[in-house]
Amino acid sequence: MKSGLLRSAGLRHLVLVAMAVVVALPLYLAVVAASHRPQALLGHFPLLPGGMLLDNLRSVLEKGLPGTIPVWRMLLNSFIMALGITIGKLFISILSAYAVVYFRFPMRMAAFWLIFFTLMMPIEVRFFPTYQVTANLQLLNSYSGLILPLIASATATFLFRQFFMTLPRSLTDAARIDGAGPIRFFLDMVLPLSRTNIAALFVLVFVYGWNQYLWPLLTTTDAGYTTVVMGMQGMINAGAAFALPRWDLIMATALLALLPPVIVVLLMQHWFVKGLTDSDK
Amino acid sequence: MRPRKSPKVVDAAPFPHRVLPYFLLAPQLAITVLFFVWPAVQALSGAFYQADPFGLSKQFVGLSNFAALFEEHSYLRAFRVTAIYAITSTVLAMGLGLLLAVLTDSLTRARGVYRTLFIWPYAVAPAITGSLWVFMFSPQVGAGAQVLATLGVNWNYILDGNQALLLIIAMTAWQQIAYNFLFFTAGLQAIPASLLEAAALDGAGPVRRFWTIVFPLLAPTSFFLLVMNSVFILFDTFGLINIVTKGGPGESTQTLVYKLYQDGFQNLNLGSAAAQSVVLMALVAGLTIVQFRYIGRKVHYQ
Amino acid sequence: MRARHVFTLASIGLAFSLGGITSGQAAERIKIQFWNAMSGELGKTVQHVVDEFNASQTQYEVISVNKGTYPDTMMSAVAAFRAKNPPDIVQVFDVGTATMMSAKGAYVPVYELMAKEHIPFSTSQFIGGAASYYSNAQGKLVSMPFNSSAPVLFYNKDQLAKAGVQPPKTWQEMGEVGKKLMASGSKCGFTTGWPDWIQFEQFSLWNGIPYATQDNGFKSSKNVKLLLNEKPYVLHVADLVDWSKAGIFKYAGAASTNATPLFNSGECAMYMDSSSVLSSINAGAKFPFGIAPMPYDANLKTAPQNSAVGGASLWVMRGVPANHYPGVAKFLEFLGSAKTQAYWAKATGYIPVSNAGFALLKAEGYYEKNPGAMVAVSELTNKPPKPFTMGVRLGYLPQIRDNIRAELEDALAGKKTAQQAMDAVVNKGDKLLAQFGQTAGQ
Repeated sequence: MKSGLLRSAGLRHLVLVAMAVVVALPLYLAVVAASHRPQALLGHFPLLPGGMLLDNLRSVLEKGLPGTIPVWRMLLNSFIMALGITIGKLFISILSAYAVVYFRFPMRMAAFWLIFFTLMMPIEVRFFPTYQVTANLQLLNSYSGLILPLIASATATFLFRQFFMTLPRSLTDAARIDGAGPIRFFLDMVLPLSRTNIAALFVLVFVYGWNQYLWPLLTTTDAGYTTVVMGMQGMINAGAAFALPRWDLIMATALLALLPPVIVVLLMQHWFVKGLTDSDK
Repeated sequence: MRPRKSPKVVDAAPFPHRVLPYFLLAPQLAITVLFFVWPAVQALSGAFYQADPFGLSKQFVGLSNFAALFEEHSYLRAFRVTAIYAITSTVLAMGLGLLLAVLTDSLTRARGVYRTLFIWPYAVAPAITGSLWVFMFSPQVGAGAQVLATLGVNWNYILDGNQALLLIIAMTAWQQIAYNFLFFTAGLQAIPASLLEAAALDGAGPVRRFWTIVFPLLAPTSFFLLVMNSVFILFDTFGLINIVTKGGPGESTQTLVYKLYQDGFQNLNLGSAAAQSVVLMALVAGLTIVQFRYIGRKVHYQ
Repeated sequence: MRARHVFTLASIGLAFSLGGITSGQAAERIKIQFWNAMSGELGKTVQHVVDEFNASQTQYEVISVNKGTYPDTMMSAVAAFRAKNPPDIVQVFDVGTATMMSAKGAYVPVYELMAKEHIPFSTSQFIGGAASYYSNAQGKLVSMPFNSSAPVLFYNKDQLAKAGVQPPKTWQEMGEVGKKLMASGSKCGFTTGWPDWIQFEQFSLWNGIPYATQDNGFKSSKNVKLLLNEKPYVLHVADLVDWSKAGIFKYAGAASTNATPLFNSGECAMYMDSSSVLSSINAGAKFPFGIAPMPYDANLKTAPQNSAVGGASLWVMRGVPANHYPGVAKFLEFLGSAKTQAYWAKATGYIPVSNAGFALLKAEGYYEKNPGAMVAVSELTNKPPKPFTMGVRLGYLPQIRDNIRAELEDALAGKKTAQQAMDAVVNKGDKLLAQFGQTAGQ
């Protein structure tokens, strides 16, 4: 009996390890490519990493590729954009969810449906007109222009609304008895209780913000605003313009581009999973 | 379509304020109107005009943009490609995500380690996924391409449409496994252990326990994931396709969203692009409404 | 309450960002935005030229912005114009020319600008193929020819010598040379970059056969029909398919990205592409190589005729402050000058677009030292162009190119015959052209 269990547990581990290897393979190859000289990648692909990883990472961080800004600047831009989008989204979503759940006022559901409507509007649909609005507001080539059009969020508003509806009535009753107003109730009760949800959404939205590509490309004409995902595509497009394909540097940039959101997800995975479970999506 | 009121919704207002809620809603509504509603209305009206890209002249053409679209062979083909792509990627990603979630859930040790190993691709931008895989399978330097060559596979996704579509499906599944794994893991943890123990005492084996108890209880999660995966594939994949195949070879990997991107942004055919946007919006509206109703209903499962 | 502090901070941060964080700099010079699609080595060269201009005077500062690929650049300019915030100068690729020309009101024709600024400027200052492509019906230049190239045939001297062959002058010879190369151990006879541009547009001009009615769209943008399902094109596609099966031809996708390495690594013995890939080949090829003209179709009495430029030209946008235009004119004059053109051609492999630039290079003995660089120029000036070999200037040409590429790929994959593929191209293209004719302001 016991040995049978062990065997099947062993089998389970085998399947899981095999899958983990398959999932990690592209990343491993990127590390290998980023750690060699470009010439080494032309013939048979090297199986093991070389010794150039740190040099290549330093080179792209400090210098970028010819014609691009240094990757440290791109990373900084991505950080500002991702954090701006994250904080903005969470901020306006939690406020509007609070308003919809804890108050009764004319047009309550109309407002809610309007927000819901935004879910149907991916950037591909509204690019020209949204660009025009952004330009009229004098927000081109600014972090605000990168951030603001992307912070309305039906998803986050829904999740907060779902969560607030699960909070017991006794909380508000207690607040009423204490004579606490809505603002104090929000700051002292609702916000601390929403911590897990905020953490889970933080991860979701940060990843979304970091990985934006089309919008930054259109709203910024100043190379100083290049984000790392956008810069990556530029590098691949420019691949043909270089005599020797610089896959070593491109892959080094890819590693730098995927590292921050991956770290955020891994560091916060506990809250992430918990928040998603508790809030019941 | 009205959302179903869940029994938990309080109908009496906890706070009697009349003005404050509008203040709380103002930032979200302002952004929504400015960057969503107004642009969306413009995009919708654009579908009925034939305009030059600079907006200098436009002619009202009624429904002819739509008519031209549905006469166009490649648009119908894009529908088919999208359907094949969405269904296979979703089935693959959900199936593998479920398998991995069930396997890790049944372990006593190393669950956290496996979770870390499977979650990380979720955070990778589709465009970066594309560049990783392009590099892996590029006929010139790719390690994957070299392996396939030694196996005797005639690997050339630049000319072979089926190979190109396979590659895109594999990449998308790779990207999406993490997301599905995550939600299935969450779903599994919500299943009361007592249920499973009772079934075990009744002599049900692990396989039977899975099909009779776990699987039905995961249905809501699966449904939600089905919608989320579809939305992802409809909208977020053009960056990936753009880097890897640019819709080719032929039109083998031209999905609806990629075609819209090409016609609208690369070829500046605004009327057609606006009409395509409307069709896509209708598609997504359907999906969202389905999802919304489901979320409304989902409250009952708690 | 930690959450409370975080929240307060977030509110402050959001209020701050709503206020708009823009990067402003104190400006004395008038800044001129120059949007282009030049990246990599080319981007460096453009930046060098811009720096030189900025150092040459104190009134204006040209800011060169790389907006990604050609289509990206054009799209950005369109969007910026619609948002009433256009760049001063935008680089538009050859296939975008018809769209630009018909958008009167979006640009200031270069000849008008130069006349207004009293800068001597005429179409005759430019090389034939470049001048004809970018001039209007009256022969006046509406945009500034800039980076211009023509397709040439690069060949690996070692492999051709080993097979005992000369570079093919005609497509008929291409088949024979390819067979001999394969027999002598080459892995692939030839490959091509930009198949839609080189194997169709340039194929038509070089062979002296029309690509579409209405002189390829030069005469009018109304009632234009594609002629791509005519016999010479269909036979050419059929040849490519046969050669692809035999390994003589290796298809390498839509651009040069995959094609250049095929030649540089020695896999393909010959390679057709824009003369501007010379810099990449110079840096990457480890063998002696030569440059020959494009093959022509020996069965056509009209061949070889002439080539027309590919690449891009610079358009001056309407809607920027009036005090920018004198600076824009000065910068364009600087770009067209003999010195700049000679530097540009040497650094990039593009042709010098101005006759003065060409003369200067000749005087320097550049073409004696680099006979290959002369090939593109001599293709462009082979014969005076006929009305239908000035170039291909059609609406929605980028989309027509996409269709050609897709149908060619289907033919190569054996899904369609050459005739079916080209019929489909014409069928789809004619609908697009009819649509374009509706809105184009002629």
